[in-house]
Amino acid sequence: MTAVELAGITKRFPGVVANHDIHLTVRKGTVHALVGENGAGKSTLMKILYGMQKPDEGTITIHGEQVSFSSPADAIVRGIGMVHQHFMLADNLTVLENVVLGSEKLHGIGGKARRRIKELSDRYGLGVRPDVLVEELGVAARQRVEILKVLYRGATTLILDEPTAVLVPQEVDALFDNLRELKAEGLSVIFISHKLGEVLSVADEITVIRRGTTVGTAVPAETTPRQLAELMVGSELPTPETAESTVTDRPVITVDKLRLAAPGGKALLDDISFTIHAGEVLGIAGVEGNGQTELVDALIGLKHADSGVIRLADEEITSWATRRRREQGIGYIPEDRHRHGLLLEAPLWENRILGHVTEKPNAKGVWLDPKAAQEDTRRIVTEYDVRTPGIDVTAASLSGGNQQKLIVGREMSHKPRFLIAAHPTRGVDVGAQAAIWDHIREARREGLAVLLISADLDELIGLSDTLRVIYDGKLVADADPATITPEELGTAMTGAAEGHLEHEETPADGGQGAEDEAR
Amino acid sequence: MKKFDKERVLLAVAGPVIALAVAFVLSAIVLIASGKNPVEPFALMFEQAGFSDIQVLIINQASMYYIAALAVAIGFRMNLFNIGVDGQYQLGAMMAAVVGAHAALPAFLQVPLLLLTALLTGAFWAGIAGVLKVTRGVSEVVATIMLNAIATSLIVYMWKPDVFGVKIGNNSTTGEMHESGWIPGIDMGAAGEIYGLVVLAVLLGIGYWVTLNRTRFGFDLRASGASESAASASGVDPKRMVLTAMLLSGAIAGLAGLPILLGDSHTYNLNFPTGIGFLGIGIALLGRNSPVGIAFAALLWAWLDKASPELDFHGYDKEIAVIMQGLIVLSVVVSYEAVREWGLRRQQRRVGAELAAGHVLGADNNTTKEVAGR
Repeated sequence: MTAVELAGITKRFPGVVANHDIHLTVRKGTVHALVGENGAGKSTLMKILYGMQKPDEGTITIHGEQVSFSSPADAIVRGIGMVHQHFMLADNLTVLENVVLGSEKLHGIGGKARRRIKELSDRYGLGVRPDVLVEELGVAARQRVEILKVLYRGATTLILDEPTAVLVPQEVDALFDNLRELKAEGLSVIFISHKLGEVLSVADEITVIRRGTTVGTAVPAETTPRQLAELMVGSELPTPETAESTVTDRPVITVDKLRLAAPGGKALLDDISFTIHAGEVLGIAGVEGNGQTELVDALIGLKHADSGVIRLADEEITSWATRRRREQGIGYIPEDRHRHGLLLEAPLWENRILGHVTEKPNAKGVWLDPKAAQEDTRRIVTEYDVRTPGIDVTAASLSGGNQQKLIVGREMSHKPRFLIAAHPTRGVDVGAQAAIWDHIREARREGLAVLLISADLDELIGLSDTLRVIYDGKLVADADPATITPEELGTAMTGAAEGHLEHEETPADGGQGAEDEAR
Repeated sequence: MKKFDKERVLLAVAGPVIALAVAFVLSAIVLIASGKNPVEPFALMFEQAGFSDIQVLIINQASMYYIAALAVAIGFRMNLFNIGVDGQYQLGAMMAAVVGAHAALPAFLQVPLLLLTALLTGAFWAGIAGVLKVTRGVSEVVATIMLNAIATSLIVYMWKPDVFGVKIGNNSTTGEMHESGWIPGIDMGAAGEIYGLVVLAVLLGIGYWVTLNRTRFGFDLRASGASESAASASGVDPKRMVLTAMLLSGAIAGLAGLPILLGDSHTYNLNFPTGIGFLGIGIALLGRNSPVGIAFAALLWAWLDKASPELDFHGYDKEIAVIMQGLIVLSVVVSYEAVREWGLRRQQRRVGAELAAGHVLGADNNTTKEVAGR
C-alpha cells in the first residue's frame, strides 16, 4: 500500500531548477529517509508535498488518489503533517495550548483536547505532559510536542525535517524509538537528514537526492554509509580529519577563570580556563545554550567578563573593545552569519569591509578605499570559490555556503593569530564544507590558534587537537579527539560525565563514527 | 556588472516615481470628491513654477528644507529617529540671533561665530536625547518630542524683554543683528535674492555624501543602521555611535534656520518659520536619505508650498498642497518598502539565473555549472 507517491516532480524558480523529475514512493507503515546534501532540493520537495509550493510538472498521489495542494491546509486535510527543523511553539503557552492553537475546532480547548493529547501521547510513547509550559521543556521534549501537534491534526504521513540536528545521540535514540512506534501503528514517516549513520539505523527505505533530482534508492541492510554518501555527493568524500599535529608550545590565547553573569546574577560562564597554542584547534562540544554563545561574545569583546583574564600572546586584552581585538589579530566566524557576519542588503565588497574597516586594504587613514576593497573582494571571490556573478550583488542573493565562504575568506585575509570559528560549516553544502575545513587546516599549519564550536560532533572530533565539553557555563570534561566517539562525547554533553573522558573499547564500536556523518 | 548598477538606479527611481504618481492620483480623487476640477489646480501650480520670482522663493525655502532633511537623514541612516530637528533648528536660530545682536565682530569672525553658535546649540539639544538613550535607554523618539516642547517654551522665555527680547510693536524679536553677521544674497534682479547660505546647503549635501560613503566613520554609521548586531560584532561601539550620530544630526539641524536668519530676517521673531524640522522628516523619507534625492524632494516640497497660494485666487483651496504632501509621505512609505522587497527578490533570482548560466566571477565561462536547490 502506497501512502505517498511523487512522480516526475519538477519545480523551476526563474533561472534555477530546484527540483527536476523527482520520483519518490513512500509505503504505508514505513520510515522513508530522504537524504541529500544541503541545497540538493530536499526542502523544496517537502514544501511541494506540504502544499507550500506548487510543482510546475509532475503528480502527487496520496493513498492512491491524485491530489493538488494549494496550501498547507489542503495537505493537512489529506493527512500530511510537517515537523519543522525550527520549532514553531509559543514558549509562554502550555503544551495543551500550543497543540490546540489553530485547531480549536477539532476537540475544543479544554478537557476533551487534554484527553485526546493524553491518548495520543500514550499510544505512541511520546510522554507529553499537557499542562507544562513549553519554556520549561528541553529540546527533545519540544520536538515531541511538535510531533504530537501534527498527530493531533490527524496526520498519517509525517515529514520530519532534519529532526536530529538539535539532539544529542541519546535523544536521537529516543526519537527513533518514537518513530518505530509510529510506523508500528501504520503511520508513514518521511525523514529528511544528511546524517547517514542515523538514516541507516532508522529507515526502511532511502531515497537519495542530488542536485535537485532523485539519483537512486537504497535499502539500509545492503548499503554502507560510504556507498550512500558517495551516491549523495557524487564524488570522493571529504573528511574533517586532520593528519599530523601542528600544536606548538607557544600560547596564543589564554583564558583564566573567566566568569560572566546574567543581569539576575546567574552565572552564564563560570570558571572558564583554557589555553590555545599556535597551530592548535581547541574544540568545544556542548548542547546549544550551555554558554557557547557567551564564551564567543566574551572572546570577541561583545560582552565583558565580570571577572577573569583573557590574554592574547603576552598582552592582556580583557578590557579591549571589539575593534581593537580584531585589529590585533582575532578573526571571527560568527555562529549566526546573518545577524553578526553580514550586511545582507549591502554589496559583497562592502561586506568585505565589515569588521575590518580600519585595516588595509579597506582604508587609508580615516578614508575608505573602495577601489582597493573591491579589488580584494574579487580576489577573495576567486580564491575562496564564492559563487557569484559579481561583487556588486547583495550578500542576501548568495546561498548560505557562498556567504560563509566570503566570511571565511574575509577573516583569513587579515592573517589572524586567533580564530573564533562558531559553527563554521552550519548550513553549508558539502563542497563548501570541505573548502572551509581546508582553509582552517592550512591556517593551523601556519600557526593559527582556533577555537572551534560546533554541533557537528564529527567535525569537532575530526578537526580538533584538544576537546573540551561545556555544560551549564562550565568546562566540565576534556577528551582526546583521537580516541573519543561521538556517543561518549554526547554523554558528557548532557552533564552525565565529568573530568577526563577515556574511550572504552566496546565490541559494537567499529569505527563507524568517522563515517557517520558526511554532508 | 553594469547590469546590476543599472538595476540599482532603476530601483532607486521606481520608488519615488510610483509614490508621486499615486499621490497625484489620490489628490485628484480628493478634488473630484469635493466637486472640483481635478486637473486645473495642478496646471496652475505647474505654471507658477515657471515664474522667476516664484523660483527664487522655491530655492530659498528648499535650502532650509534641505538642511533639516539632511539632519533627519543622518539619524535614519543608523536607525535613529530624530524628531527633534524642529526644536533644534529653532533654538539654534534663536541663539545665533541673540549672539548676532550682542556680539559685533568683523564679518569674517562674526559669520563663523554665528554658524558655530547655531551648530553647537543644535548639537547640544540633540545630545541631551543621545545621552538619555545611551545611559538610560530612553527612546530618542520620546526624548526629542519632549525636547521640542521644551524648546518652544524656552524660546518664549528668551523673548521676554528682561531676558533677550526686544518688542517691536506686537512682535517679539531678539533685536536686530549686527550687519557684520548678515550674509548677502545672490541678486537675481526683479526676481529677488537667493540666500547666500544656499551655498551652505549644497556644501552640507556634499559633506554628507563624502562622510557616509568615503570615510571609515560613515561606513560604521551605515553598518549600524543596516544591522546593529553585525555592526557591533564588526567592532562598532553602539553607544558611542548613537551619541555621535545624534550630535551630528543636531549640529546640522541647528543650521537649518540660518539661511533666512542671516539672509533676510536678521532677527528671530514671531514670523520666523516653524515646522521645518517636521517637514524635513517627510523630505528625507522621499529623498531616500540620499543627498541628491533629498535635494529633489526639498525642491518639490518648496514648490508645493510656494505655488499653492495662487490657488486661492482661482477658487481652489491652497490646502490641496498640504493634502498632497501628506499623501506623498504615505505613498512613499508603502512604495519604498514594496520596491525594496521586490528588488531584493528580483536580484536573488537574477543571481540564481546568472550562476545557472555559468556566469561565475573568476571561473572560466565555459564550465557551465548546474545549480540546484535553494
